[in-house]
Amino acid sequence: MTAPVVEVSGLVVRYGTATALDRVALTVGAGEPVALIGPNGAGKTSLVNAVMGVLRPVAGRARVRGRAALVPEGRQMFDDLTVEDNLALGAWRRRRERGARDTARVYEVLPRLAALRDRRAGSLSGGEQQMVAFGRALMADPDVLVVDELSLGLAPLVTADLAEHLRALNTGRGLAILLIEQNARLALDLCTRGYVLEAGRIRAEGTAAELAAGSAVADAYLGGAASPEREEGA
Amino acid sequence: MSAFVQYLVSGIAVGCGFALLASGLVAIHRVTRVVNFAQGMFAVVGGMTAGSLLSSGLPHGAAEAAAVLVAGAVGLAVGFAATGKRGTSPQSALIVTLGLGFLAYAVEIMIWGDNPRSHPGLGGSVVLFGAHVQKQSFLVIGVAAAVFALLGLFFGRTYTGKALTACASNPYAARAVGIDVVRMGLLAFALGGMLGGLGGVLLTPLQPISYNGDVLLITNGFAAAILGGLDRPGVALAGALTLGVAESMVAGYGAASYQTVVALVLMLTIMMVRASRRTALQEEAAR
Repeated sequence: MTAPVVEVSGLVVRYGTATALDRVALTVGAGEPVALIGPNGAGKTSLVNAVMGVLRPVAGRARVRGRAALVPEGRQMFDDLTVEDNLALGAWRRRRERGARDTARVYEVLPRLAALRDRRAGSLSGGEQQMVAFGRALMADPDVLVVDELSLGLAPLVTADLAEHLRALNTGRGLAILLIEQNARLALDLCTRGYVLEAGRIRAEGTAAELAAGSAVADAYLGGAASPEREEGA
Repeated sequence: MSAFVQYLVSGIAVGCGFALLASGLVAIHRVTRVVNFAQGMFAVVGGMTAGSLLSSGLPHGAAEAAAVLVAGAVGLAVGFAATGKRGTSPQSALIVTLGLGFLAYAVEIMIWGDNPRSHPGLGGSVVLFGAHVQKQSFLVIGVAAAVFALLGLFFGRTYTGKALTACASNPYAARAVGIDVVRMGLLAFALGGMLGGLGGVLLTPLQPISYNGDVLLITNGFAAAILGGLDRPGVALAGALTLGVAESMVAGYGAASYQTVVALVLMLTIMMVRASRRTALQEEAAR
């Protein structure tokens, strides 16, 4: 078995006296799509920031083998720059590599972005911006894509379209995915394994089927009768 | 007519100096959110250093370029002191820049004394519509135009320039793609130091400068920069040129002692209007 691309162990994050994450542990294997489900304030974004190295934990560690790239919550565009520039800056960590800033390969994967390349990112719709955020993350040539709230603020059809792109990236290119979501149905449909984070602690973990069938997850996130529906939809 | 042309050209030249200073303020504020009150000091250091290097026998061009680099190094040092520690708030950094500006007075007096100093610029004058206009004024305008064009290319065409804009636009996303925002802030301070230094180097032959001349310069630079909310270099340039010409006209047709009042009144008016607009918007949002 190869070593996981993301390995979080004993992770503790505090803001002053408030504990955001308490001894959190999770792994994402190479090419594996993993979901992290949790409500608002569970500590999901703190975990994302620790994995991305933006935030230093009080204890424990978040280790990434290879390169992680983030599709951040709320898209987080460089509003004043064009789509092309947003994508090019995604390659900042690889800026010394020859051809790192070539955006052509992102346009191959996400062809709709090619038509938007000269538009200001701030002028795009939410769905288009999420697509740019995907492309910007792909420019880092990552081993694992960390997606923070794929569906937040987007129409269901747009979310479904983006989810298909995400699935294709995982199955077609073998890209590992850590999908952080409030929408448990979407997350468990896309991923093979998952974790449930509540109040800074991992409350449950298992395969997507196990989590969907578990009463705690079903009651809290899937309206109590999600498992059969999910299986029908899958 | 000849007096008007003279005041106009010299006003544009002085305005260009203010614009260089203001663009430094804007560059620093956009990336770090810090209002750099040491910006006027960079101009004093630039102007004084150029004079010393010329006195020591360094030729024109080399002395001015070296002075701009020294001001850039001072900018970097100020940036490091104000923002080098991760997590420093822009408000704390502002106080640090203010303190360093005052500390610089002591250092400047020790090195250059407390009398106003100047250095020879481009000598002579040209006749334009019957007015004798100093060649140095045209030099200031030409260099400032070239610098603004280069800044446009730097921010619009280079990867580092776009990364600076990215830090200004969305620091969180910039960090997420791997841009070191603190380091970019230091780069902005170095750039601000060089722009302020260049303003000082170019203006000193027109207006002798003393250790506390930074107050006048920062007042004008800030007044120009605040027009664009400290974030829009193009508006700051327009503001600086307006200020330069207005002050030159006031000094020419009225009294020189009133020229700073123009900048102060303009700055206060803009800040009051902006504050009242913000309050109105906040009230609207609260409804």
